[in-house]
Amino acid sequence: MTAAVIVFPGSNCDRDVAVCLEAATGEAPIMAWHGDASLPDCSAIVLPGGFSYGDYLRGGAIASKSPIMREVIRRAEQGVPVLGICNGFQILTECGLLPGILMRNRDLKFICRDATLNVEMEEGAFMAGYKKDQKLVIPIAHNEGNYFASDDTVKELQDNGRIALTYAGENPNGAIANIAGITNAKGNVLGMMPHPERLAEAALGGEDGRAMFDSLAKFIAK
Amino acid sequence: MKAIIQVTLKNGVLDPQGKAIETALDQLGFSGVGQARQGKLIELVLEETDAVKAKEHVTQMCEKLLANTVIENYDIELSE
Repeated sequence: MTAAVIVFPGSNCDRDVAVCLEAATGEAPIMAWHGDASLPDCSAIVLPGGFSYGDYLRGGAIASKSPIMREVIRRAEQGVPVLGICNGFQILTECGLLPGILMRNRDLKFICRDATLNVEMEEGAFMAGYKKDQKLVIPIAHNEGNYFASDDTVKELQDNGRIALTYAGENPNGAIANIAGITNAKGNVLGMMPHPERLAEAALGGEDGRAMFDSLAKFIAK
Repeated sequence: MKAIIQVTLKNGVLDPQGKAIETALDQLGFSGVGQARQGKLIELVLEETDAVKAKEHVTQMCEKLLANTVIENYDIELSE
C-alpha cells in the first residue's frame, strides 16, 4: 500500500519527502490536501516541513486543526506509522499525538545547517535502519525547534525509550535533554526537527537520512 | 460583547524574547528592570451577550487553540 504526504498551505518539503518515499518504496505517495476531510487508504503518513499557515499563533497550531488532521489522528491511533518532520513535528505536538511543544530557539535565530545527531533508538517503523549511538549528519532548518516538556514528561520519555534522536555535542536550539526526535507510547508516531529528506542521496552531500525511508519501506512491506 | 485574552508564558519557562528586551532596556539606560516577559494579546468580538456563557466559550477556545497550556497561561477579560 502507498504512503501519503499531507500538504498544508506553506508546506515546502512535501515534494522532497515524496521523492524519498518513492525511491524507498518504488511507488509515488499520495499527496493529500489539508482541507480534505477524508484520506485514501495508505500504509504510512508523513507531515512534511515548511511553515504551514505562516506559523501564525504558534508553529503548527493552525495546521493541527485542519480537517484532514482528524483523520490523521484516527489512523495514528489505529497504528499507522506517522512521521512528522520539522513543522510536521510541531503539528504532531499541537494536535496532541506527541507530548510537549517546540518553542522559539534559545538564541532567537533561524538555524539552517547540518547537525550531528546521536541515535537513541534502533527499532520501529522509522529507526530500524540505524544502530544505537550511531552518529548521523542531518540538516536542521528551524526557528522553533527548542523542544520543551514538563520534567515528568521528559522522565517518561527517557524511562520508556521514547527519545529517538538527540543532538550530539552542541545543542543548537536549547531543546530540553538535547531532544531532536521522540515517539508516542506505541512507537508508531515519530516527530523530529532534523530533515532526513534533505540528505538522503549521495549527490546531495550525504545519505544519512535515507535509512529512515528504507526502514519505513521495509516496515510497510511486511 | 468583547473578550480580551492575555496569553503569557508560565513561570519557569525560559523567555528568550523577554531576556532580549531586558538587555536592550538596560543598554538604553533603563536600569532596575528585574524581569521582562513577553506575551500575546488576542481580542475577539462575540455575538454572545451572556457573560457566563461567553466566559465558558472563550475558555474552551483558549484550551483548544489560543494558548498551549504546556507552556502558556491565559487570562480572559470580558466587556460590553
